[in-house]
Amino acid sequence: MISYILRRTLAAVILLLVVSAVTFAIFFVLPRLAGQTADQLAQQYIGKSPSKADIAAVKHNLGLDQPVYVQYWHFIKGIVSGATYDLGPTTVHCDAPCFGYSFKTHQAVWPQLTSRMPVTLSLAAGAAVLWLVSGVAIGVVSALKPRSFFDRTFMGVALAGVSLPMFFTGNLAILLFTYQWPIFGRTYVPFTENPAQWANTLIPAWCSLALLYSAIYARLTRSGMLETMNEDYIRTARAKGLRERKVVVRHGLRAALTPIITVFGMDLGLLLGGAVITETVFSLHGVGQYAVQAIDDNDLPPILGVTLLAAFFVVIANLLVDLLYAAADPRVRLS
Amino acid sequence: MEGNPPIMRRSALAAIAAIGSATLLVAGCSKADDNKDGNGGSSAAANAATKGVVNASDKKGGTLTYELSDVPDSFDPGNTYYAYMYNFSRLYARPLMTFEPAAGSKGNTLVPDLAASKGVSSDGGKTWTYKLRSGLKYQDGTPITSKDVKYAVERSNFARDVLSLGPNYFQQFLVGGDKYKGPYKDKSAKGLASIETPDDTTIVFHLKTAFQEFDYLVSAPQTAPVPQAKDNGVDYVKNIVSSGSYQFQSYQDGKQAVLVRNKNWDPKTDPLRKQLPDKIVVNLKVNAETIDKDVLAGDAIDLGGSGVQAATQAQVLTDASKKANTDNTYGGRLVYMAINTKVKPFDNVACRKAVEYAVDKVSVQTAEGGPIRGEVASTVLPPDITGYSKADEYATTGSKGDVAKAKEQLKACGKTAINTNISARSDRQPEIDAATAIINSLKKVGINATLKQYPSGKYFTDYAGVPKFTEQQNIGLIMMQWGADWPSGYGFLQQILNGQAISQSGNTNLSQYNNKSVNDLLAKAIGTQDTTERNSIYTQIDKQTMDDAALVPLTYFKVLLARPTNYTNLVSTAAFSGQYDYLNIGVASK
Repeated sequence: MISYILRRTLAAVILLLVVSAVTFAIFFVLPRLAGQTADQLAQQYIGKSPSKADIAAVKHNLGLDQPVYVQYWHFIKGIVSGATYDLGPTTVHCDAPCFGYSFKTHQAVWPQLTSRMPVTLSLAAGAAVLWLVSGVAIGVVSALKPRSFFDRTFMGVALAGVSLPMFFTGNLAILLFTYQWPIFGRTYVPFTENPAQWANTLIPAWCSLALLYSAIYARLTRSGMLETMNEDYIRTARAKGLRERKVVVRHGLRAALTPIITVFGMDLGLLLGGAVITETVFSLHGVGQYAVQAIDDNDLPPILGVTLLAAFFVVIANLLVDLLYAAADPRVRLS
Repeated sequence: MEGNPPIMRRSALAAIAAIGSATLLVAGCSKADDNKDGNGGSSAAANAATKGVVNASDKKGGTLTYELSDVPDSFDPGNTYYAYMYNFSRLYARPLMTFEPAAGSKGNTLVPDLAASKGVSSDGGKTWTYKLRSGLKYQDGTPITSKDVKYAVERSNFARDVLSLGPNYFQQFLVGGDKYKGPYKDKSAKGLASIETPDDTTIVFHLKTAFQEFDYLVSAPQTAPVPQAKDNGVDYVKNIVSSGSYQFQSYQDGKQAVLVRNKNWDPKTDPLRKQLPDKIVVNLKVNAETIDKDVLAGDAIDLGGSGVQAATQAQVLTDASKKANTDNTYGGRLVYMAINTKVKPFDNVACRKAVEYAVDKVSVQTAEGGPIRGEVASTVLPPDITGYSKADEYATTGSKGDVAKAKEQLKACGKTAINTNISARSDRQPEIDAATAIINSLKKVGINATLKQYPSGKYFTDYAGVPKFTEQQNIGLIMMQWGADWPSGYGFLQQILNGQAISQSGNTNLSQYNNKSVNDLLAKAIGTQDTTERNSIYTQIDKQTMDDAALVPLTYFKVLLARPTNYTNLVSTAAFSGQYDYLNIGVASK
């Protein structure tokens, strides 16, 4: 078990290195191949009519005058051992893990990420609980009574949930529940400040996001359950006189849960890397919003930082999923 | 460069977005609740704030909220270039001069702020002296001196590797500006020699050439004092030392800024500011639709001041009570099409005149979003810029173009048909729609223009702003929008008409218009002390440009602002692109 985790962690580190190299190449090598010079890149980060000396100075400050592999090396080195940045009159040291330094706002990326992480975490965790519980419950009930009124209604709702995009449901939820009937708060309050307020302001976002996801989970659970409940061992379980609830939960759901855990791991991992549209619609200052801003500004280091963060979460989530497999399904052995 | 971070699944399909916003629009329109008017809300008429101060009041207290869908380039007065930050930063950073908080073009009037009076010029406009008011203090009670103003100019203009986001006019105009390395590298006590501070309340600027609009230049936040001891470069934004009526209580990059009263600000030193609200909150990265709703509810101001969203526009214009609380105002910008005088056959003035007559400006206006988004234009200078004088050299019936006159000009040019290209920014739909409308009107007279689209981020550095590129690609017509850095004829015209300012990349004189008489007039204007005379030169330049048909004015850009009913002292000023003047807004209720 421990050697398994160690092996997986090592693989994860290598994977993250590859992801970082690929992302770095996309942003720093491809434009050069397309003919963009370091001067042009630097020019984007200066105001109107910069002189040659201004461009050269900015290029030097941002490290754009070095070969790309050196820039990459500095980036990786910064993550491991920190980096020092020139603020003008003084310099500042950015402790490890230092994920670079925004070209546009001149702020270190890592503190920005950590200050925004609680928001994204709040959003993702709340929504995940909602969609997992509601999605699986609806799926199970629908599977047990296929083609019933309940099944048809909820699968219909589920279909609508998958099809309606966030910028529609989100905006509609805001319009209805914070303006038409002002039930929920408008501006995010940290959990540590006031848990009740925190939940109150996040509920519309949670529900909108959960609507989007729970639909998929309901459909996944339903099809999984329908398949499992027709298995021979279920008949055996029933034949030996087990109570129906036990048959459904212990034997049916447990087997049907495996693919759901897989998808859940991926979804949650991705979401922790920033729910871009949801955060934008609900004006939440999370990681996703940071990424959008960075893309708008053509500000490469924050984009790189968010990409790596998301990749990290996906890798970790997958590792957890694999570990959970063993717990959910006794047939799986980690070796 | 394209970046795709892990985005939540179901990416935004344009079609769905369109349906989504259309549904929202319907939802918005069918909502028929009577607006809960704030108790301070007087029912002013539409456009009232473009004519005078709406809800004039001296009532103190309350929290004033600004919302912005974006983030500003910086709150640091020495590192910003956005008009709304020029406007807002005055609450905590007092420049030498500023604009009178007044309606429309009256808002273009310069008044002394940190300075006790307007600049005194000598040496034919090459030397400018300002005396500071007495008793000025920072938020910590330490006195403000002219050395701090000098330092502020030095750090904002000469350390562009660190504070890179603002303009660098001082670097261009001050003697020795090209040599001085800025206060972070040049640690000498003297600093830039061409800014002198003979005593603590006097500052003298020495310019290379006569510049009679220097008062405009020193109205930039770059002249707001910064104490050298407290300056830590790019990090200064985190602990800005206030010289204005408000000071920062908290600042979170990209999220929020909270300002409270500056107790060391003395109203006796400041005839302009009123210091009404207890607190000013700026929320950043707020969903644009949410901002509109908050503004309509009466308790937020859109800091960006670029007007309401399309869905909101439909909603407010169809509801008389909501329309009464809107201001449809000029944004200090001209939407135009440059005619490239270096691309054949547009090197011939008759061919250019054919284009002037051919364009149906009403169809362009419609493509841009109708009269709410712009008025049909016929001059280079928009009406809210000093020097504007009404004229229409190529008048056509109803501004809809005149095929006969255009063909006449075409004949004079020795052509029956022209093939050319027209460039527009691919990510600006109204601009593309306008270009398409122009293509359709040109077709009627035998000018076949093909649309070429380029991304706006590189429009000037790589495409339309590279003369060689436009010549090679036969781009004879170039879509463009222009707003001035300061609201005068020079501020507006210099960058787009000066033949000596044509550069090989990043060029903004897209017509490559190089008429010696215009170049000379520009130089003459900026050296002319008398304002009336100076303004008449701007009118002359405008007329000469139209005589030469160097560009086709399309629309005078307009914005539709929603006016929050709970707030007081709202006045839309031309000095800041039609935004409300942010100096004295107060809260009526709560």
